[in-house]
Amino acid sequence: MTLALPAGPTPAPRRQIFVGTALACVAGTMLIGGQLAIWALIRDRAVEAGERFPAKFEIPEVASNVMLMTLYALCLFAQWTVWSAKRGDRMHVGLSLGIVGLMGVAFVNAQAYVYHRMEMPIADGGYPGMFYAITGTMLALVIIGLVFTAITAFRALGGRSGELELVASHALYWYFVAAAFSGVWFLVYVTK
Amino acid sequence: MTTIESSPDAVGAARGESAIGSFPVALAAWLTSTDHKRIGRMFLGGSFVGLAATAALGLVLGIERVDGGDVLIDSGAIPQLFQLYRFGLVSATLIPLGIGLSIAVVPLQLGARSLAFPRLALAGFYGWLAGLVLLVVGLANNGGIGGGDADMVDLFLAGHVLMAIGLIAAAVSIATSVLTTRAPGMSMRRVPLFSWSALITAIGVLLSLPVLVGALVFLFVDHRNARVVFGGNVGIGDWIGWAFTQPATYVFALPAVGVAAELLPVTFGRRQVMRGVVYTGLALVGVAALSAVTQQNVHSLPWSGSGLDTDELGTKFDDFVPFALFNLLPVLGVLIVMAIGALTAKGARPSITSPFLFSFLGVGMILVGMLGGVLYPIDDLGLQGTVFEEGVLVYVVYGTVLSVMGGVVYWAPKLWGRAFPDKPVMGLAGLGLIATVLASLPYYAAGFADQPAASPTYEYGGPAELWNALVLLGHALMLLTVLAFAGLGAKALRRDDRTGDDPWDAQTVEWTTTSPAPFDNYAEVPVISSAEPALDRKASEQPS
Repeated sequence: MTLALPAGPTPAPRRQIFVGTALACVAGTMLIGGQLAIWALIRDRAVEAGERFPAKFEIPEVASNVMLMTLYALCLFAQWTVWSAKRGDRMHVGLSLGIVGLMGVAFVNAQAYVYHRMEMPIADGGYPGMFYAITGTMLALVIIGLVFTAITAFRALGGRSGELELVASHALYWYFVAAAFSGVWFLVYVTK
Repeated sequence: MTTIESSPDAVGAARGESAIGSFPVALAAWLTSTDHKRIGRMFLGGSFVGLAATAALGLVLGIERVDGGDVLIDSGAIPQLFQLYRFGLVSATLIPLGIGLSIAVVPLQLGARSLAFPRLALAGFYGWLAGLVLLVVGLANNGGIGGGDADMVDLFLAGHVLMAIGLIAAAVSIATSVLTTRAPGMSMRRVPLFSWSALITAIGVLLSLPVLVGALVFLFVDHRNARVVFGGNVGIGDWIGWAFTQPATYVFALPAVGVAAELLPVTFGRRQVMRGVVYTGLALVGVAALSAVTQQNVHSLPWSGSGLDTDELGTKFDDFVPFALFNLLPVLGVLIVMAIGALTAKGARPSITSPFLFSFLGVGMILVGMLGGVLYPIDDLGLQGTVFEEGVLVYVVYGTVLSVMGGVVYWAPKLWGRAFPDKPVMGLAGLGLIATVLASLPYYAAGFADQPAASPTYEYGGPAELWNALVLLGHALMLLTVLAFAGLGAKALRRDDRTGDDPWDAQTVEWTTTSPAPFDNYAEVPVISSAEPALDRKASEQPS
């Protein structure tokens, strides 16, 4: 028999998924931030050496701009999911999550289009490898977001449409992805 | 007064494992367990195996250094072995030791019934282990930094990525636990000091290791294809070396300081004074994470011409600020923790126990390492590129090992239900201290004599063979310490008598549950009304 402290009431939920997602977003920010820092350093060295960066490849800017707008719009729909879940509106939760998924796929499609248009062999000098590495990492983050959307949809449509914490965490993740891509867009696609 | 009986979960868990009784099923239950105590113990077990292997490697390299190379191993393999030694010290020992102890203990300290995201932590363990295996395979087959086999260099990089992702996953789990699973009444100001250090470490890992992953992705893609931008196989060290040297390693050593901070008030039987200042001290050590964020190996401090020449004052200030931020603040943090500990102890009669001795000696070693870390970046001392840095690293890592061993001894009743025998463990702490000093202090002297780092050859007229032999002996003694520690643990486990629920007369909430703690830690979620709930309970039970 053990003498223990008096038992308390069941502790209130402390938004474990939300906090965990926020911490994962911090890690993701450091990942992309670190890569952007290396990108900026290498670019700076190339420019100081009088080289053009990239030397011979052209980035389709329309597609990259559309990718950025897609992610911003996606955040709006992710927030719509939160709004609908707050009201217990299952139909709108499903609809908004569907659109989020669709826009995520559209982002992946646009990235594939960029790769296709650039026709850039990965072993052709230093720039292609760096470009594929940083945009590939970004793509991986978007794919993780799509998996997150799928899980949220399964749970929300499986009867947990009022589970606010999960949909809020889902929205938070997409906000992070949009912010991360803003940095990539500015440094890789605009400043080059 | 509440009587804790086994909860339905615990009964179910116990029934599921013991009723079957076959070894493979029991093993599978262990390997897939979501019990944080098991996950933590797997991390700790893996780290101690890594430590033993690294100490053995240090022994082999010591023989090479004493005899000038080509004694036991081919000179072509020497660079890989030196890398394996460094990665063994940091990736196989230092980081997982702190994370393992945190996973095993933090939920208990928080009054929580489980770890947040236990499957994530378990996946983190396997990610770390698999990454470590890939790294070792890569290095063993001529991969690694400067490796001649391109595929193995790629494997080495991929292993690093996997290992770092695993550790990040475990860190998310630990930090989320501290932030969200505390028992009712446990505000952040009442969080036990070890759990606080675990939180700071987890945040440090979350800030630093993703930066490493980002760099590794660049390196992997570049090395696999063009090998133009990052210096090919030789340049890898320039881009990732910061993660495996000081001051980045201080963040990973922080749980060791947390163990000592936790044990000081217990040893002196007093309530911790100025808890907020101790929290601040521990957090100051965590500032070293910023050195990782900036991806710098060394923030050099040029000393030449440092008279107060106003023309150069701005430049000197620019040099001094990052140096002070990353090298002096962590030292200040440890000193604050120790100073407040001394204030807590003032006038009290200590009850010296083996966990305290281990952790106190361990933190002392870490502090000596940190002080060496202050000297290392000063350009005019000419220590960069010498074995001095290795001495600093060994001080920090072996100091952490000692302190974590103290933590394992301290929390063993909650994890295994058995206590380590006190006197032999005290002797072991002394042996560990000698091992640490011998394995590192000679290299402080050798650094000033310009003995080159990561090289078995060294031309010097002085007693170089003597200090290399002392280092060799130090690693041998550390290997002996680890094996003896494992032996004592195994002996304690075989004993029939279970230890009491509060054998150390401790203060934090985990000592109010049974030893060993049940599957879900607490049958009833406890209510916390101070930072020392176990002490409160004991005080309330004493007749007035």
